[in-house]
Amino acid sequence: MRETNMKKILISLLFLLFGTSVYADCNIKSGSINILANDFPALRTFVETAKGCKGSADFKVTHSSEHNKIAVPALTANPSEFSARIAANSSIVPLMNQDLIRPLDDLVKKYGKGIQDSQLITIDGKIMAVAFMANTQHLYYREDVLKELGIAIPKTYEEVVAASEKIRASGKMQYPYAAAYKAGWNLAEEFVNMYIGHGGEFFKAGTAQPSINNAKGVATLNMLKKLAGLSNPDYLTHDSEAIKVEWESGNVALMTLWASRSGTLLDDDGDAKITAATKLTGPATVAGGNIPAATLWWDGFTLAKNRSDADAEATFRALAHAAANKKMVADAADQAVWLIEGFKPGPKSIGVIEAVKMKAKPYPMLPQMGLMHGALGSEIVEFLQGKESAEQALKDVEAAYMSKAKEQGFL
Amino acid sequence: MPNKTFFWFFLPTGLAMILFIGLPIISTGIQSFYAQHDQVVKEVKKCDPFGCTVSIVVDQEKTSKIREEKPLGKFNGFGTYVDRNHLAIEEIGKFWNETNSFGEFVDQVTNLPFYKALIFTLTYCLFVTPNVLLLGFIIALSLNAVTRRIRGPLIFGTILPMIVTPLVGSLVLFWMIDAEGIIGANLQMLMDDPYLSLKSSKTLTWITIIIYGIWHHSPFAFVVFYAALQTVPQEPVEAAIIDGASRWQRVRHIVLPHIYPVVTFVALISLMDNFRVFEPIIGFSAEGSAQSLSWLIYDNLVNEEVILFGSAAATSMMTIVGIAILLAPVLIRTWKEFRTAR
Repeated sequence: MRETNMKKILISLLFLLFGTSVYADCNIKSGSINILANDFPALRTFVETAKGCKGSADFKVTHSSEHNKIAVPALTANPSEFSARIAANSSIVPLMNQDLIRPLDDLVKKYGKGIQDSQLITIDGKIMAVAFMANTQHLYYREDVLKELGIAIPKTYEEVVAASEKIRASGKMQYPYAAAYKAGWNLAEEFVNMYIGHGGEFFKAGTAQPSINNAKGVATLNMLKKLAGLSNPDYLTHDSEAIKVEWESGNVALMTLWASRSGTLLDDDGDAKITAATKLTGPATVAGGNIPAATLWWDGFTLAKNRSDADAEATFRALAHAAANKKMVADAADQAVWLIEGFKPGPKSIGVIEAVKMKAKPYPMLPQMGLMHGALGSEIVEFLQGKESAEQALKDVEAAYMSKAKEQGFL
Repeated sequence: MPNKTFFWFFLPTGLAMILFIGLPIISTGIQSFYAQHDQVVKEVKKCDPFGCTVSIVVDQEKTSKIREEKPLGKFNGFGTYVDRNHLAIEEIGKFWNETNSFGEFVDQVTNLPFYKALIFTLTYCLFVTPNVLLLGFIIALSLNAVTRRIRGPLIFGTILPMIVTPLVGSLVLFWMIDAEGIIGANLQMLMDDPYLSLKSSKTLTWITIIIYGIWHHSPFAFVVFYAALQTVPQEPVEAAIIDGASRWQRVRHIVLPHIYPVVTFVALISLMDNFRVFEPIIGFSAEGSAQSLSWLIYDNLVNEEVILFGSAAATSMMTIVGIAILLAPVLIRTWKEFRTAR
């Protein structure tokens, strides 16, 4: 079953499907639209496209990288501050847990012309979100540096380590590797990726009991530490933006970064020589595993429950217009891997397409995953700093998670 | 002032304090005794662009019914206070029995999030408060001795660190100590160690934050001390000069006793402020190496995607208790002096 689904995605990702699709009818007469979204170029394009269809409705948008912190309180209010929230696999979970978003079945039926079935996120048979782009973290490399030193493009993290060590030994770069290791969410995300690459499971099957304190967890931490040792010593303060800057200054030759950032790396800003030598490849595997040490993400829109039906309708119509917009997809093909009909993947989409081909797993959409992610982000820091053993760090993560999960009623 | 006049004078402030400080504290206190209801989960099929899986979600029908009956949550008593992420009573007992040496025991305890944060918070208080008092006093004394013509601009320059928003101030320093920043790069050169990073070492991060704290808070102490210095009577000072007292002796035996109540006041305010240290941790992105009690509360409220109200409330209450304990000696002393003065 998974196989056929994968094929379906591949087909929709790789091939331009011909056919006539009618844009959503944009004759919106009333209602008010207020959108909360993360802040990166593709999302700005998406929201701008939706705005083009607002008709006489009120239109407001908040782009913020702090969106996760605002979302739950803002949508809990009644009426909710926002009528729509652009969410992803992980951020839809707290909204589902608190019952803050509404099923979209009726609206999709009525106004969802042009939205493909593969874009629909269904949970228990109800459509809860409409996805429009895919994302993952994958490898970026400096073609010139690798070529000069005769290093093949790394396919595994072991090769990344070997390549980085070779670059360091050559004296070209002191810290040849970079990834977003900032303590907190980013660092935890790197652990999640690497642990999934090792074939690990976060919870005992069917329960909310943690199960990361095992050989795979230890191997994951050791690999993270090796990579950290090849990164700028300030790595614990570096988020995606900071390592992007490192890359553009030419300090780094290998990097794990979000696909959605490729646009800004490959644009005309910055040193043309570095930009020309910046190449993308799929995510790396680890420890001889088949699936990549990366997670697949979708970005999609959800509608607030605590908001009038009229507002929900207006919001849906505007956003559906963007979520089925071939023109936007063609104009902004560089900005993201769109899941929308008509998308022709370009060179900047290689990472995501490779990840899908390699059968990368999606980020786990479990109600208690956020607590695990939070515990990871703070408790593995001391291991990376060399202050405690891998086993102790994993034990701490489990203990911190358990206390939080008990307070939240999961255990 | 007669008691009655004082009462009417104080009434508006008192009411505002009850409304905006007292009630929220009570509400936080109540919240800290509750945990979320047991989550009712069910298995469902989830489909997204990457395929379908069978997985669990929170059963909203059943959960909303329980929530309606008891909107505050499940009564947990002191459960949150004693759990592993707070006072960790059970864990400490276990460590005590399992560890072989006292050092190992301390290591284990300071590895717990609450104690880790408490230790940083106390260290910060202990280093910043006395230094702020000392530095503030020295600056006030020196400025007081400067000729009047340039005093204005000097005072303005001195209070600048307090005017700058804490986050901006810490960000400025954060960039300066970056491995490629002006301080960071020069330190690397001075120490001849290209791997030296102020941000990656825990000790250096602590020192940076403490220095920032002193820099930021000194102007406050300075302003108050400077005002107090203006009230020092000149006659005894002149008498002391005639008697041949040195500058230090004059400060020690005339100025200091005179402004002593003000010193107590500044110490109190500083302690309270420093115990709530928060902004520099965010500004320096120092979460990895330094956590304070206020940062723990912030973390519980925003960093998890799931908001841990009970945890945040419990830490808040313990912060209040912590401040009360810290201030107790000073407060008791002030009270005694007040009684004897009457």
